[in-house]
Amino acid sequence: MRIGIDVGGTNTDAVILEGDRVIAACKSPTTEDVSSGISAALATVLDESGVPAAAVDAVMIGTTHFTNAVVERRRLLQVAAVRIGLPATRGVPPMTDWPADLAGALGRHTYMLRGGHEFDGREIAPLDEMGVLEVAKEIRAKGLRSAAITSVFSPVTAVMELRAAEILREECPGIAVSLSHEIGRVGFLERENAAIMNACLAELSVKVVASFRTALRGKGITAPFFISQNDGTLMTPDHVERYPVLTFASGPTNSMRGAARLAGIGDAMVVDVGGTTSDVGMLMQGFPRESAVAVDIGGVRTNFRMPDVLAIGLGGGSRVREQGMRIGPDSVGYEITKDARVFGGDTLTTTDIVVAAGLAIIGDASRVADIPAATIDSALATMHRMVDEAVDRMKTSADRLPVILVGGGAVLISRDLPSASEVIRPENSGVANAIGAAIAQVGGEVDRIYAMEGRSREEVLDEARAEASANAVAAGAAEGSVKIMDIEEVPLAYLPGSATRIRVKAVGDLTMKEAAE
Amino acid sequence: MKLDSQDLADLAVGAAFLGTGGGGDPYIGRQMVQRCLDEGLSVDLVDPDEIGDEALVIPTAMMGAPTVLVEKIPSGDEAIASLRQLEQRLGRKATHTMPIEIGGINSTIPLLVGARLGLPVVDADGMGRAFPELQMETFGVYGVPGCPMAVSNEWGDCALIEATDNRMMEWLSRGVAIRMGGAAYIAEYAMSGAEVKRTAVPRTLSLAIQVGRVLREARSDHRNPFEALLSFMPQTLYSYATIIYSGKVADMQRETKNGFSMGRAKIEGFGSYHGLMEIEIQNENLIARLDGEVKAIVPDLICIMDSETAEPITTEALRYGQRVTVISVSVPEIMRTPEALDVFGPACFGLPEPYTKIEDLSA
Repeated sequence: MRIGIDVGGTNTDAVILEGDRVIAACKSPTTEDVSSGISAALATVLDESGVPAAAVDAVMIGTTHFTNAVVERRRLLQVAAVRIGLPATRGVPPMTDWPADLAGALGRHTYMLRGGHEFDGREIAPLDEMGVLEVAKEIRAKGLRSAAITSVFSPVTAVMELRAAEILREECPGIAVSLSHEIGRVGFLERENAAIMNACLAELSVKVVASFRTALRGKGITAPFFISQNDGTLMTPDHVERYPVLTFASGPTNSMRGAARLAGIGDAMVVDVGGTTSDVGMLMQGFPRESAVAVDIGGVRTNFRMPDVLAIGLGGGSRVREQGMRIGPDSVGYEITKDARVFGGDTLTTTDIVVAAGLAIIGDASRVADIPAATIDSALATMHRMVDEAVDRMKTSADRLPVILVGGGAVLISRDLPSASEVIRPENSGVANAIGAAIAQVGGEVDRIYAMEGRSREEVLDEARAEASANAVAAGAAEGSVKIMDIEEVPLAYLPGSATRIRVKAVGDLTMKEAAE
Repeated sequence: MKLDSQDLADLAVGAAFLGTGGGGDPYIGRQMVQRCLDEGLSVDLVDPDEIGDEALVIPTAMMGAPTVLVEKIPSGDEAIASLRQLEQRLGRKATHTMPIEIGGINSTIPLLVGARLGLPVVDADGMGRAFPELQMETFGVYGVPGCPMAVSNEWGDCALIEATDNRMMEWLSRGVAIRMGGAAYIAEYAMSGAEVKRTAVPRTLSLAIQVGRVLREARSDHRNPFEALLSFMPQTLYSYATIIYSGKVADMQRETKNGFSMGRAKIEGFGSYHGLMEIEIQNENLIARLDGEVKAIVPDLICIMDSETAEPITTEALRYGQRVTVISVSVPEIMRTPEALDVFGPACFGLPEPYTKIEDLSA
């Protein structure tokens, strides 16, 4: 049996799955210390189902913690951003295109040093080791606890990033070091941005992982736990401590994968209505369509592969204004249980509207009895129009597609949508994201420059596919379940021997010792 | 006309469009120019009709692989070093700089040079789009020699190329660019104001800015950006634009041959589009065939755009599963003469099909 948990900005959802069957599911408010919210959700599903903690084989957790921290500029470490590439790269210094408040929160400690490589492994310049020592001195003087190191063409040759890290670790014991080649891909500025973002989360990630561990151990669960990343695959806790950015956008991915599983269809639009926003994305063969362009996170350009999701400011906690003509984009968020009218607060939210309309039984309906019928009608119309427009914008043709409605706020949408061929509300849809986390798979990847000369394209691709599959199995995927999810080939012009960068991703199901029936 | 930050942002989009898949992402060039604006420097764009016949215009550019550029960011001084070297060789100071190419990164390098050196930038270029080789210039077609040419790297190393013709110039400088790491920065085709007026494709920088603006404004007004673009183009020298296909990228093959990114994109139609479109690529999109039949061919523009956002997609960013709309645009007549087609027509890319205007193909 496995448990899936999704820690959202508003709610913490949990499910227990036996194979595909949902044994228990629940939703509880996300708490500021996170772990008590997880403990509460765990207690509920375990008690409700009677499943003993010892019967749990694995726990999968999806979290939006790290994304939110960046977006809200909260609990971020100051970072020493160390770039190795002079005299090249000086034209655009680190963090040039960052929003001022985020760059400010990270302290703008940027350094540029000689070094880096050409595409073919030649040095642009030898690494300026004395320069790294100087940077280390400044890091100590400033008391910085995290550094991001990015060297030109490090995805081809990582030696300078590794050497610079070695020096920093010697000179600044205990410093957290993020190396760009372990996080991003070719594309210097975007990879550097990702490394810097990863570095600013270095302490938060350790704390969050520890709080997850505490919550699980507190409930007597000793099974391994994993955290889901943005492509729908799992990471081990120590991996997350080092690479928290890889969890960015895992929330939408989990919801969409969970929705596909619940509805039993692979091609559809998914609308995930949360407390603050609704995320709209398109499913293709059970996986979210990926964004083709550089993805903006908190105003910063990165080159992760991310699900292509449109977020609109409509959720269960969205404020309702102007007699229902205007909704959101602001929300009371996890304060909904205090601030919404049905919970005794004095903020009119979308949840109050659906309760007043008799569409849901939440809180104390008598507290919203005074809302005029015209306001209710108008607010409901506004909500449906917002979702319908978002679905339409995410479609790729005029053809109507089924819309799968999931998330805690799905109750907001009670009518048909003109853009949809049908609206599907699967059972357990309120916890689709937790189900998506629970069914997350194990990935294996290859990302390397191959010499194509004297070999056929298929031969080289086969080699890369086989290696990616083997990596997935090594990471814990069940042998027969591994499939190739994605192949990317980019030839490096001017590189002798027809060199091509090939990136293959394979995924498979986590090997499980499901309790024998 | 002085460029502001919004013009620069619009230019980046328009130049990606005119790059027809190649030319590199102008993002990095834009960042470098934006830094200049932030420092209080200005970029002054002048119409080709407004420059004196005696002006000395030295175009500047980057040459090499976009894959290298996005990884090895320039220092920003390379193209200036090339321009200075060429001035020294000519014994005269440049009065203006100008793009040699309007697609992609090369729309922005002269802006950087112009801002740093206080030189006005001529609103014109020599390709009217992006092309993979340096002899593929209307400048050369109509008699301006590319040499002497200077090629520089981030260290200030500089090679001066004196070649007997523009093809030899391309061949020699390409070798130097490889030695310099696969991306180098050049100054070439030094010419008089009179020659600019006779040989350049006029007003392409402002065209790129307008294309970016039309797409941006359509999106923010919730109008269809494709329709906005199609109704805008007839007001320009690029007078004919049409959607030739829409569908899903079904396969993407790439390989490197003779130093170029060669590729083939297959697009499966959907909606009212049926059949398989194949687009052949040599750095840029060269020819679009639908079930074997030519739908558009170089030098007319073939632009692959995201079907939802109308964002131009470079060939390097093309991947399986993308929903794309393919637009073809006629190039100005100066690029369609027999002399021009001898230098950048279909045969120059090894294509067996003759050049046929997009107006005739889609009629």
